[in-house]
Amino acid sequence: MELSLIWNEKYECMPQSELKALQIERLRETVSRVFYDAPFYRRAFQERGMGPDDVKSLDDLSRLPFTTKNDLRDNYPYGLFTVPLSEVVRVHASSGTTGKPVVGGYTRHDLEVWAEVMARSLTCCGATKNSVIHVAYGYGLFTGGLGAHCGAERIGASVIPASGGHTKRQIMIMKDFGSTILACTPSYAMHLALVMEEMGLSKSDLKLQGGLFGAEPWSQNMRSQLEDRLGIMALDVYGLTEIIGPGVAVECPEKQGLHVWEDHFLFEVIDPETGEQLPPGSYGELVVTSLTKQAMPLIRYRTRDITTIMAEACPCGRTHRRIGRFVGRTDDMLVIRGVNVFPSQIEEVLLRIAHTEPQYQIIVERRGQLDELEVQVEVSGQFFSDEVRRLETLERQIRREIEDVLNISVRIKLVEPKTIERSEGKAKRVIDRRQL
Amino acid sequence: MRKEGKSMPIKQISVFLENKCGRLADVTGAISANGIDIRAFSIADTTDFGILRLIVNRPDDAFKVLREGGFTVSMTEVIAVRIPDRPGGLAGVLELMQEAGVNIEYMYAFSAKISKDALAVFRVENSEVAERLIAEKGIRALSGEEVYSL
Repeated sequence: MELSLIWNEKYECMPQSELKALQIERLRETVSRVFYDAPFYRRAFQERGMGPDDVKSLDDLSRLPFTTKNDLRDNYPYGLFTVPLSEVVRVHASSGTTGKPVVGGYTRHDLEVWAEVMARSLTCCGATKNSVIHVAYGYGLFTGGLGAHCGAERIGASVIPASGGHTKRQIMIMKDFGSTILACTPSYAMHLALVMEEMGLSKSDLKLQGGLFGAEPWSQNMRSQLEDRLGIMALDVYGLTEIIGPGVAVECPEKQGLHVWEDHFLFEVIDPETGEQLPPGSYGELVVTSLTKQAMPLIRYRTRDITTIMAEACPCGRTHRRIGRFVGRTDDMLVIRGVNVFPSQIEEVLLRIAHTEPQYQIIVERRGQLDELEVQVEVSGQFFSDEVRRLETLERQIRREIEDVLNISVRIKLVEPKTIERSEGKAKRVIDRRQL
Repeated sequence: MRKEGKSMPIKQISVFLENKCGRLADVTGAISANGIDIRAFSIADTTDFGILRLIVNRPDDAFKVLREGGFTVSMTEVIAVRIPDRPGGLAGVLELMQEAGVNIEYMYAFSAKISKDALAVFRVENSEVAERLIAEKGIRALSGEEVYSL
């Protein structure tokens, strides 16, 4: 078995008790920073009758106000910055699906922290200074490209800043330049694998060993496919522009949950309805508080991503607690006839049956008093047969397996390829036509 | 006299179609725009979707054109046989096929100018085996070339 390397043993393997002491010290600094330098937070604290000195232990965290995406929008673009622009050396933004983008600002120190957590994350998937790291995340306002880039440079690896697009050329470059680590979105990695096969290349033509994939949810099935097709170890990296970008949490080679870099990010899992903290093992919304961010620290930021705390120690040796793989988003979660439904559950089933990434769309309608769930699946490749009987069997199989997972009835509709609307990068998975 | 020997099974193109207005015309339009002639076709349909099956004069070209046009297409082998154009003609052929143990997935009939006989396309599990079995019963399948050039 290959020993997995650890980038920063002193911090990554710090005993939990020391980590907790470090967190409270850093939390107090952060609270004081936002109280004095961000009017939004000062008001929010004062409304609760709280001042910066009221935070004495980590238990006090639950008394602090939440920050939501709406708060960011209300303070667009620089309202939550706690340093003058002269201290800000970079600004990133994520494309908001509605309205204004979400902005993230960085001081020089923030970029150092970001490179550090990305260096740790890349090291998890096997990167060293001898690696050739192919970064196919988009470069630009999106945090993916430059985040992975700076982490890779911090390690001292050779970085190929390929950015997105020109897939065939990227494959040629990976082959000719001997890329060993691939960093991109999982769906783009899958696209690369498929185009590679079309070009008549196999994984043995490349030198890839590891893949660090993030910026969108993906399933275990997709992981097995990527590992098999590209001959790599594929790990999930998590992050968000509001907090820092990719590198907030990452899987280690154990592939059992994502370690949150707790010396920089304080996390909780809450009940999205009541706001109460949930114990390890319960699924709820991930909430993150900055511990070292200078330009735009956030207190109890509601990520809308749904996961659970895994409190038990990880065999890899890193002491930072883990969160489970994400099962969905609070804004993706559908409640149908009282049952919580996540698109990822349906995607798992389709992947299992189709053995390839399926294009699908979930449509919810209300007929009378009853909610109806329809899943449209594009028929392509192996899905298709000239015999009606086989297509009907396939429909039945999909229906049965989805019903087994969700425990509610569902209608399956096979549709022609390319009928499901695709927006740039992320397909629209859910159409809710209920007038709730 | 025709030479004895293996006749090539016929290539049938199948296209997945949603039950939506104009989809059939899209397929035939794409084919005719490339100068491809349809020899025979049939549609199997359910409430939601249909499968269009086509025999054309240039199956490989038709497959390529339709796939590039974004359709879900597959190519399968079928056999075509002559059916005497008289009462009981089809029944006789089906009986012989049953005796030969050939399992039919689906079939459709069409006519051509070459003879008084009707022609029928059969989709069976294994076209080559089926051809041999029915040949033993005295039914001769048409070759791909014969059908494409009708």
